[in-house]
Amino acid sequence: MPSRTPSSTTKRETDTQRETDAALRDAVIVGGNRIPFSRAGKKYRDASNQEMLTAALDGLVARFGLQGERLGEVAAGAVLKHSRDFNLVRECVLGSALSPQTPAYDVQQACATGLEAAIAVTNKIKLGQIDSGIAGGTDTVSDAPIAVSEGLRRVLLEVSHARTAQARLKALSRLRPADLKPLTPATDEPRTGLSMGEHQAITTARWGVSRQAQDELAFASHQNLARAWDQGFFEDLVTPFRGLTRDDNMRPDTSLDKLATLKPAFGRSLPEPTMTAGNSTPLTDGASAVLFATREWATEHHLPVLARFVDAETAAVDFVHGHEGLLMAGAHAIPRLLARNSLTLADFDFYEIHEAFAATVLTTMAALEDDEYCRTELGLDGALGTFDRNRLNVNGSSLAAGHPFAATGGRILATTAKLVAARAAETGKTARALISVCAAGGLAATAIIESA
Amino acid sequence: MTDTYTRAVNTGLTKTLAVKLGLPRPALLRRYKPGAPLTVGPVLVVGDTASTSGADAAAAALLGWGVPVLRHVETLADGERLGGIVLVLTETARPADVSATVLAISPALKRLAPNGRVVTISRAPVGDDSPEAASVRYGVDGFLRSLAKELRAGATGNGIVLSEGAAVGNPSTLAALRFFLSAKSAYVDGQTLTVAPVDGAGSDGSAPSPERPLEGKVAVVTGAARGIGAAIAKTLARDGATVVCVDVPGAGEALSRTANAVRGTALQLDVTAPDAGARILEHATTRHGGLDIVVHNAGITRDKLLANMDAGRWDSVVAVNLEAPLRINETLLAASERGEVRGLRIVTLASTSGIAGNRGQTNYAFTKAGVMGNTAATARLLAATGGTANAVAPGFIETEMTRHIPFVTRQVARRLSSLLQGGEPVDVAEAIAFLASPGAVGITGQTLRVCGQNLVGR
Repeated sequence: MPSRTPSSTTKRETDTQRETDAALRDAVIVGGNRIPFSRAGKKYRDASNQEMLTAALDGLVARFGLQGERLGEVAAGAVLKHSRDFNLVRECVLGSALSPQTPAYDVQQACATGLEAAIAVTNKIKLGQIDSGIAGGTDTVSDAPIAVSEGLRRVLLEVSHARTAQARLKALSRLRPADLKPLTPATDEPRTGLSMGEHQAITTARWGVSRQAQDELAFASHQNLARAWDQGFFEDLVTPFRGLTRDDNMRPDTSLDKLATLKPAFGRSLPEPTMTAGNSTPLTDGASAVLFATREWATEHHLPVLARFVDAETAAVDFVHGHEGLLMAGAHAIPRLLARNSLTLADFDFYEIHEAFAATVLTTMAALEDDEYCRTELGLDGALGTFDRNRLNVNGSSLAAGHPFAATGGRILATTAKLVAARAAETGKTARALISVCAAGGLAATAIIESA
Repeated sequence: MTDTYTRAVNTGLTKTLAVKLGLPRPALLRRYKPGAPLTVGPVLVVGDTASTSGADAAAAALLGWGVPVLRHVETLADGERLGGIVLVLTETARPADVSATVLAISPALKRLAPNGRVVTISRAPVGDDSPEAASVRYGVDGFLRSLAKELRAGATGNGIVLSEGAAVGNPSTLAALRFFLSAKSAYVDGQTLTVAPVDGAGSDGSAPSPERPLEGKVAVVTGAARGIGAAIAKTLARDGATVVCVDVPGAGEALSRTANAVRGTALQLDVTAPDAGARILEHATTRHGGLDIVVHNAGITRDKLLANMDAGRWDSVVAVNLEAPLRINETLLAASERGEVRGLRIVTLASTSGIAGNRGQTNYAFTKAGVMGNTAATARLLAATGGTANAVAPGFIETEMTRHIPFVTRQVARRLSSLLQGGEPVDVAEAIAFLASPGAVGITGQTLRVCGQNLVGR
């Protein structure tokens, strides 16, 4: 079913939209903080989600002198979460230097968690419900929650409900040896049984994305991230944690030759698999947090304003029954977001597209640059536009930094805010960025950031 | 944390043993706690006849601070002990005139409490002094340093030296007197501070509370992540300052902790960056509305005998310890001249290694002596805008750095001072907090050693 095209939106609706926008306050980005990201099982293998997110929060508090400050709220989440972490973010706030009178809650939207939390916080700011807030996320694969098997779980529940010793024994007798095997968290899609990589491989093949193109994107990510680190770009965006001072997945000395030697990791049953460990994100641990506020709050606190959180759009695709790829929802969200803001791709100085896989970025761009796809799948008049590759992930992205699921949104937001602020300071003109983060379950969140 | 030996010889069975065997017994030093009395007992104020008005001014100030004052040791009640002795010899003209005063304190010394204080106030020698006057002025210095070596049980002796035109009743003289009498100077021993006459006290006239002398001030401390730097940040914050904690991004985790503990901000920045001064100034002025105090504490050691020294070790130490503060000061001086900052207080960390030299530390000692050397020059440049520049030279301080010295060397190094023990990071911090305080505006171009009267150098 084609979505409504911009031309069918009535002028009156657009005008009303603009009036409402004018009545809303600006939500600005003051700054962000994350801990360096670490590959699973390395420096952070003994760190919990709570410890990591608290560290990211405390670094943010230290940077902006917010000790004892009551913020409007803190919204964040973790995708792989222990059941004991039911109030994870609140516990992090209580363990941080923020005032304990700061409310907090948990958000989950797979890899789009961070960005979705940002949408929630900035919406409250725009509506005038809060003046300041932090959005973020954390994920650890090293400290993954481990559950008992379904068989053992049912038996244990029956035992706890049983009233007599006899009933308990009866329940226990139903236990089988196979039940004792613990359940590790799976990242496969529940309805298809395929991993994200396998899903992406199907999409990659459909769009004919070459191995070369993917490796080049991965190489650029590492080079750009390393350059950004060396230039001190992250000096006011990252606080070290557990002795790690830089993202340890980053490989400044990798080469296209080295990447070419890697064997395919996904889509191996397909005729020409092209996705390798080098052009896919590794399992990573880390946390991030971004501080949002009204301009007035920032001024009162003598804090800088980097950028404005202009608008956001989320999308979901039917990857189970439909012919759309699992990680293609970004291609659906972006046109709607642009249309509502009367913008084209050329109006952006930066594109930040989360590199779940190099192929994800390439297929998303290919789709939006394709006339037929845009007409038939998105109901547009033609291709949305073209992506200037020089504006893509200019300071590196997930392939190099790593991807702790819920922490990526915060990482991208903080980097992007600083990029547009720097560009605007340089040119004297407004700078604008487009962010797109895809997620498991066929989801995506996108956003527009503008220099303040 | 007091070292194990000092704790042992002051407690229980090990104390008894140490006394019987006549082992050296470092005292447990009394350190500053907010709300505690300034001194551990009444203070005896004496002076020669010529210096009576100076002695009276000192006595009046002490009474104003709530300290009981005696003018004759005979009036000390039985069983009571003195918290301090102040000798005023500012106008003494001839050597013979000194004897009555110093002999007067002879019985007083026997009544000095543990952690008591002796402070001399005298005049600085000047170029056209008569030989007799010069004898007295230099003589008091030798007298003081020897007396400090005789004091026992944690008592310290220090001197205030008045420049031409300065008087005992000047705010800065009294500020120095208060510092030397208090528990904040626990590890300062056998040292002198010169006080210059400064009109108007350089402040807006409002007297800050003695408990929070840095209220409303904005301070920047480099190398604040840990060790002495963290202690400086905490002490300045305790005294009321808003502290901008600076350290390299690699130390950001600990820096964050320090900044949150002192409710300040963390600025991750390498001081050797060419724009470090501008960034520090910008951060302090935009976030906190101004800049009042800068403490150059960031410093590194790269010890190696000169015969084995390489360019990396030499250049890095010079870059961090000497060139970075110099460059940052240039930026701050320019800002002072433009009127963007006024009354800037700069305190830089030196070291007794720079005074006496140390094997393996040709690079470090070069930089630390260089710091002491440029302090007077920097002070001259700051004087026009009401600012001061001073240095603090720690002796043996118990830190991560000294914990890595081999055990025997460390034990010996600790005992090579009159106080027979190493100092704590907070001792260095207290000296810096004092030099940065409004009251110390007349103290500039000085190096104050915080060394427990270490045997090396002066």
